Amino acid sequence: MTALVEVDGLRVEFRTRTGWARAVDDVSFHLEEGRTMAVLGESGSGKSATARAMLGVLPAEQSRITAGRIDVAGEDILQVAESRRRTIRGAEVAMVFQDALSALNPVLPVGFQITEGCQAHQRMGRRRARERAVELLDLVGIPDAGRRARDYPHQFSGGMRQRVMIAMALSADPRVLVADEPTTALDVTIQAQILDLLHRLQDERRMSLLLITHDMGVVAQMADDITVMYAGRVLEQGRADEVFAHPRHPYTRALMQSVPRAEQKGQPLRVIPGSPPDISALPAGCAFRPRCAQAAHDCSSPPPLVELAAGHFSRCHLARRDPSVSAHG
Amino acid sequence: MSATPDLALVPDVDRPVDRPVGRRDRGPRARRSLRSLRVVLPAAIVLLVVVVAAVPAAFAGWFGHGDPRACDLTNSRGGPTSGHPFGFDLQGCDLYANVIYGTRPSVFIGLAVTAGAVVIAVLLGCSAAYFGGLVDGVISRTMDIFFGFPVLVGQVVILNSIATRNAVVVAGVLILFVWPFTTRLMRSAALSTVEQGYVKAARGVGAGPWRVITRHVLPNSAGPVAAVVGLSVGSMITLESALTFLGVGLRQPTISWGVQLNTAQSAFRSDPHLLLFPSLFLTLTVLAFVVLGDALRDVFDPRLQ
Amino acid sequence: MGLFVLRRVVGMVPLLLGATFVIFAAVYALPGDPIRAIAGPTTEISPATRAALTEEYHLDEPLLVQYWYYVTGVFRGDLGVDLRGRPVFDQVEAAWPVTLQLGITAWALMALVGVGLGTLAAMKRGGTFDWLVLGVTTVVVGVPYFVVAYVLQIVVGVQLGWLPTSGVREGWPEAYLLPAVCLALFGIPELARLTRASIIENLHADYVDTATAKGLRRRVVLVRHILRNSLVPVVSVLGLALGFLMSGAILVEGIFNVPGLGFTLFNGIRQHNGPVVVGISTLMVFIFLALNLLVDIVCGVLDPRISLVRDA
Repeated sequence: MTALVEVDGLRVEFRTRTGWARAVDDVSFHLEEGRTMAVLGESGSGKSATARAMLGVLPAEQSRITAGRIDVAGEDILQVAESRRRTIRGAEVAMVFQDALSALNPVLPVGFQITEGCQAHQRMGRRRARERAVELLDLVGIPDAGRRARDYPHQFSGGMRQRVMIAMALSADPRVLVADEPTTALDVTIQAQILDLLHRLQDERRMSLLLITHDMGVVAQMADDITVMYAGRVLEQGRADEVFAHPRHPYTRALMQSVPRAEQKGQPLRVIPGSPPDISALPAGCAFRPRCAQAAHDCSSPPPLVELAAGHFSRCHLARRDPSVSAHG
Repeated sequence: MSATPDLALVPDVDRPVDRPVGRRDRGPRARRSLRSLRVVLPAAIVLLVVVVAAVPAAFAGWFGHGDPRACDLTNSRGGPTSGHPFGFDLQGCDLYANVIYGTRPSVFIGLAVTAGAVVIAVLLGCSAAYFGGLVDGVISRTMDIFFGFPVLVGQVVILNSIATRNAVVVAGVLILFVWPFTTRLMRSAALSTVEQGYVKAARGVGAGPWRVITRHVLPNSAGPVAAVVGLSVGSMITLESALTFLGVGLRQPTISWGVQLNTAQSAFRSDPHLLLFPSLFLTLTVLAFVVLGDALRDVFDPRLQ
Repeated sequence: MGLFVLRRVVGMVPLLLGATFVIFAAVYALPGDPIRAIAGPTTEISPATRAALTEEYHLDEPLLVQYWYYVTGVFRGDLGVDLRGRPVFDQVEAAWPVTLQLGITAWALMALVGVGLGTLAAMKRGGTFDWLVLGVTTVVVGVPYFVVAYVLQIVVGVQLGWLPTSGVREGWPEAYLLPAVCLALFGIPELARLTRASIIENLHADYVDTATAKGLRRRVVLVRHILRNSLVPVVSVLGLALGFLMSGAILVEGIFNVPGLGFTLFNGIRQHNGPVVVGISTLMVFIFLALNLLVDIVCGVLDPRISLVRDA
């Protein structure tokens, strides 16, 4: 299995009232062909920023990439010319955004928005491009695709719109699909359909899927690999089944415990106390310390990301000292 | 547009909006304070203007004469001299005193028309949104008729047919044509409020229409209308002066800026001061109201809270 | 789309009738002597004149009947005869091409300058140019247009001698330029600010990210996506502006002595010439409504959210 995308030591800073703050701090992961990587985190964890950095759609005046590498098929896209980056966007790596209604241009028909993607990267005549658009709409499950291609985004329901977005992302046949909270704006039944669709497409095309989400259920259903992010940092990383079975970070454990289960009926919900930190005012040391039930004295120095088991990383002093503690404590 | 552009239609993109994760704009605090210069400066000017309008006699005598009607034809069109900083008008009256006294009708009309339009907007706009159905239909159709009018033309026609045109009458006619604009704003804001859960809940509990409207609908939909009040006062002052200038607004012997500008038309090339001073005061007053309105809108913008 | 247009045209009819009725009633039905209203407060009226006028304008009949005569007259192209015996229609015929030229020139100026300034200000947001544009547009709102007109007349017309200040002898474009500039000033501030705000809003819209993520060239994103969306509200206002320009024409034509519809109306008012006032006002209302309809259609084409209803 080759790594299609390798992110190494990525650092993205955002401009705040008090200066530049790190929204993404030393984040590394890689995407392999045919596998799904879920980036899990609360709002403000930097997961969206990471995805946007990959596609080059960070807000221009408010942000900057200050360190790291993003290798796509061996080429560091942060070092190449913008024109080269443009050829990669859409063709190698494509993105599906969270809110389809605002992410689609309201005054252009959806078919056109798809053909635009086709024609940007492949020399394709208009007729062929239109046929392709209809094929794609059909592929993602839009009924009566030929007629619907002429419709506008507001004429579709939420779930259908998300499918349109997916079709658009596929227009130039990318090898990597980045989905930023693709189901958050949808209700549960539609969510399941969209996830199934993504899964099927990934299988058929041997695509790599980077799934940004805060929903554990989505992770459980889709992920082959997990990266847990918090306050811009990676706290835990590894194969999904391994992380779920043996979480090696208090945060990951707390996340999993906070998911309500039928057996817990009648008991108070277990929540993580406090709220995510302001990245412009992070505490020294471990970012999770203020909310961690097991915080110890040395947590005031920043913990390094350490491989505790094969392919399983954790950024926690306690986990490093005694792996069994954080797994069962 | 008619006499002034409707800047209220322009979305304010300079107002900072909180964006997620670290995307904070610089310096929103200053805009929010009632004590900032943006608010205090125009407010001071507006206050001054209103005081002058209320008691012109107190200000007219500062440089000498003080009586706008003490006219001596031999002084006609005279330039600024001691005791008469603005010189004399066509009749030989002290221009300074006239300009001071001219503040009153203009400010009165600006405030009265805006107040009237707002009251009507509240009554009709909220009723249309709350009761819907036939009530809304009638009100909306009526508004549409007025929107189909080139406003200035209508005002000109009606004013022309009226014999006595004092400030109250002119204000009335202006209100007649201006109410649809504020009412439309109020109605759309109220329409979205009426759909909210808390309004439906209040109605469900059995609260009467009066109670629901005054306590729930009105406070939450007053925003857009409040935002245009400053602009509105300024626009109405300008509109009145335009109408008077055309000859269908206020008339002599009423002392008003519009009348002064009207009479200054023929003489402006030889004696520009006749046009200059009333224009200056008019411009300053309108600008003060408009800028204050803008600043207050920013301060009270719910998005910043 | 066709249904949309039809509905709007049908809706226009009651509006037209309502508006013209209000004008008609204003002139002929206000309490007091209708003959007095037609002739103005100070003209002398002999009994013979009074009888003739009463007959001519059907004043002894109920108001609605009068209105009926009036409306049917309009459809026949007969706008009545004014107090000096001149058919109103003739006066309109002579005047409207002038107003048309003035209006279109002003509108073009307004569109070019307003949208141009707004676009530049948006692109250079926060820079000196932007502040300048914002500041100047605020000030222009406050200064009375007649002051501007007179100042322009003095400076450009008299002292510099570049352009004529009165009448249309010199023809287009010389004679029309000054009045057109003055007229355009009504709309430029709003247009510039609206364009600027609209473009700024769209510059950071979500769909721009999508377009960029597709790998489109920056220029394509700018024109095909950003501008296309930004201009939707601008076109709407531009269209409405054409209607409002008519109101402004009354004022501007008066100052510059341009013999168009506004000038004729202006004089009709001054001379208390009732039929002229009613006739031209009616025409103006009609044009206004027709223009609004046109704008609605164009907007419906540009922004499909307006004319199409969601059916998914």
